[in-house]
Amino acid sequence: MSKLRLATVWLDGCSGCHMSFLDLDERLIALGEKIELVYSPLVDTKVFPENVDITLVEGAVSSEEDLHKVQLIRQRTKTLVSLGDCAVTANVPGMRNAFGTKAIYDRAYRENVTLDPGIPNETVPQLLASARPVHEIVAVDLFVPGCPPSADTIFYVLNSLLEGCAAEICAKTRFGA
Amino acid sequence: MNAAAGVKTLRIDERDFSARADETILEVARQNGIFIPTLCELKGLSEVGACRLCLVEVKNSNRLLPACVTRVEEGMEITTNSQRLERYRRSILELLFTERNHICSVCVSNGHCELQSLAQKLGMDHVHFPYRYPKAQVDASHPRFLVDHNRCILCSRCVRVCDEVEGAHTWDVKGRGINTQIISDLDQPWGSSETCTGCGKCVHVCPTGALSEKGRSVAEMMKRRQFLPYLTLMREDRE
Amino acid sequence: MTPEELQEISDSEKEAQSKYSHTVNVCVAAGCLSCQSQNVKDALEKEIKTQGLEQSCCVKGAGCMGLCSEGPLVSADNKILYKKVAPQDAPAIVQSLGQAPVSRLVCATDVPFFQKQKKIVLENSGVIDAERVEDYVAASGYAALIQALTEMTPGEVIEQVTRSGLRGRGGAGYPTGLKWSTVAKAASARKFAICNADEGDPGAFMDRSVLESDPHRVLEGMLLAAYAVGASEGYFYVRAEYPLAIKRLRLAIKQAERLGLLGSNICGTRFNFRVDVRLGAGAFVCGEETALIASIEGKRGMPRPRPPFPAQAGMYGEPTLINNVETYANVPSIIRNGGDWYAKIGTEKSKGTKVFALAGRIQNTGLVEVPMGITLREIVFEIGGGIPEGKQFKAVQTGGPSGGCLPSQFLDMPVDYESLARAGSIMGSGGMIVIDETACMVDVAKYFMDFCMSESCGKCIPCRAGTYQLYELLNRITHYQASPQDMDVLAELCDLLKNTSLCGLGQSAANPVLSTLRYFGDEYKAHVSSQTCQAGVCGNSGGAR
Repeated sequence: MSKLRLATVWLDGCSGCHMSFLDLDERLIALGEKIELVYSPLVDTKVFPENVDITLVEGAVSSEEDLHKVQLIRQRTKTLVSLGDCAVTANVPGMRNAFGTKAIYDRAYRENVTLDPGIPNETVPQLLASARPVHEIVAVDLFVPGCPPSADTIFYVLNSLLEGCAAEICAKTRFGA
Repeated sequence: MNAAAGVKTLRIDERDFSARADETILEVARQNGIFIPTLCELKGLSEVGACRLCLVEVKNSNRLLPACVTRVEEGMEITTNSQRLERYRRSILELLFTERNHICSVCVSNGHCELQSLAQKLGMDHVHFPYRYPKAQVDASHPRFLVDHNRCILCSRCVRVCDEVEGAHTWDVKGRGINTQIISDLDQPWGSSETCTGCGKCVHVCPTGALSEKGRSVAEMMKRRQFLPYLTLMREDRE
Repeated sequence: MTPEELQEISDSEKEAQSKYSHTVNVCVAAGCLSCQSQNVKDALEKEIKTQGLEQSCCVKGAGCMGLCSEGPLVSADNKILYKKVAPQDAPAIVQSLGQAPVSRLVCATDVPFFQKQKKIVLENSGVIDAERVEDYVAASGYAALIQALTEMTPGEVIEQVTRSGLRGRGGAGYPTGLKWSTVAKAASARKFAICNADEGDPGAFMDRSVLESDPHRVLEGMLLAAYAVGASEGYFYVRAEYPLAIKRLRLAIKQAERLGLLGSNICGTRFNFRVDVRLGAGAFVCGEETALIASIEGKRGMPRPRPPFPAQAGMYGEPTLINNVETYANVPSIIRNGGDWYAKIGTEKSKGTKVFALAGRIQNTGLVEVPMGITLREIVFEIGGGIPEGKQFKAVQTGGPSGGCLPSQFLDMPVDYESLARAGSIMGSGGMIVIDETACMVDVAKYFMDFCMSESCGKCIPCRAGTYQLYELLNRITHYQASPQDMDVLAELCDLLKNTSLCGLGQSAANPVLSTLRYFGDEYKAHVSSQTCQAGVCGNSGGAR
């Protein structure tokens, strides 16, 4: 049997979900028998590949880059999983939404900067008007709340997907867990 | 209510029960271990029927009825859980999550919040209505407590406990519709309220992290509600 | 007050009136006042004085004559109607009295607008001086009350109302006799009667006009109700935006008190009734009966779950009768002429007449009273004179924000409670807004949702956040930003609101969306899938509003 092609992506989030993924520890080795990690912040692939079976998306859709990425991911993924509260609810990245991008830029690049304050326009992708949950941008197949979802939850989700059975997510995790 | 009002027999979820005529569907269900979700209801306070989570189906009624205020009637046949009810309850919870900024991960009540645990219990794993992200205020002017309107679900428990139990009526409601908000006195900072006795009852009946004690960090705000049934009991005895 | 004393007032008033050989009525209800009818009245009075005709001609400030779009309206000797009268027309009108009318000002009254109406509630509107109780008495006013108090038991009054088949004119159409008998049966020493004059539907002004034109009729109806159900205290709940109605109502109450028609031992019987006016501060939801009661009690105007119904536990927990202005205004005629007389008018299940406020894209804007069972076509095209500027009829909106939009296929449907409900709208309080081809139905639905969103009291979550979500969604549709999936969410939210909201406002808030979806679904589709608005209203700028 060929291995399932798994990708993980990190949009606007703290990478905590990926840390939690790494907390699978030795279970990662067992997983490695069944899945192939084809794209991830943890590996060196530069371009999101075609024909991905499962993509775990961490983080809210917050910038032009996120938007572009998540649309591409959707095109190239069979099962898209919103992993963690930022992807599911916009969570902490969404806390900026009430203030507008100008206030955010000013706080980040002017008010607290002593050396050459100014808003970057080349190296940093432009912020969207608001950080949104992934499913408000593209269709999502499975939602895994949690901040971050525990390694056990991630393990459970991946196994359910591998075995093709429905995951009872709410029995395992919740918002803010 | 008159205890001699008689006994009614009814069916809840295909099981037969008998109940006093002055009891509500919710009371009977609870006594018999049948779960009906609630948010605005709290034993010891008057019922307002506002959160609509406890709506149940009653045979031969063309409307769904709130279990918290509907008295039992002879021969009632009640369904507390159906796909339709589940769907409505999830939608209602989702709407609650969209209207303010409920960020569980950074909330003082994380892990001890009725809204959060209901979402989990009712299988609400995401919100499919667009979030509003309103700019809501935090009032930390009171020396010991604070109110964070981002987390308020307008259940009005604080309003009722302050009026009905403490007798201060510091809290009330202003505005309409989506702009409705809890206010202290005539919409002035809580800290400058002349009616607030600082008893903290509002803080402890609050189902979410909207009202909390100062100095609590994430997940540290545990609500203690034992006082409410105790006070109710003592007052009933005095009457 | 005895029957004889009432007769005396009536006789002396009639005698006083008969001294004048000519009477000129000037509409001084809000509609005509807003186009300076007071100046017209002043000019007429001045002209009569100048010509020295004070002894033979009388100028009367009368109530609404119906055809508001042609105001200021003046009627000479209750025979000739003049439209769009200006103060400088006064000499010509005064000179014409008893002679040929001033042809350039004449408003034809042999047209369907007047001929097709049947006036019960509005029988005195535009005829009597609303500020003089004597004028009302001369027009058989308070005869029904005296008759009831002296000759009928409360049960007999209820019997007549039940036989009449009268149903609540505030919106839901609950049988009035049944409501009265429920309150009458409730065992309590203290009962209340309330008149709901918190008219809030956009485009509706029936109750305002009745209160401005004939306040005593409403008061008499309420007194009859109070006598029938055993209420001794009453309240008029009038929205504060109706200052003239409030002024005339207060005056009417004072006059009735002076005549001993209000207060203790009315007409020497054991019937006592005190009545007070309470002003609503402009919350639409306070038209909902439990919210209205809360507001009178001095609380925040928010509905509470029913049961218990106000008839069992209303004001301060006591049995309370709440009826709308128009419902009460029907009662004196019913008692005077008998329930059977009333039941002969209308259809099998909807008896009597209904007052409608015609508004929107229609030739004759104004107030009409028609028998139940008349068709929408007769109202819109005959009475209303059709659509101006040669435009095509598209829909008629009845029932305000709780109602729906009915397309042309329903034009021949009889107007009664059941037919309207079957078609997906409601009778409502009587607002009738005509919509022509230049309107976008999604935009219309958005307008009403905006209204419901702003007027939601905020108590229950489906209405508080649901109306917001629906409004935003409709806004996206009119901006061509909605996806096909959004249409599912639209349907889902409508269903949620309808089935889970606490009060009637929330439960019916989705009706304008549901009815436009049902009859104008292709317009929604065009907005979503091909980014087009047939009416050319919407676009990236997003609708007329």
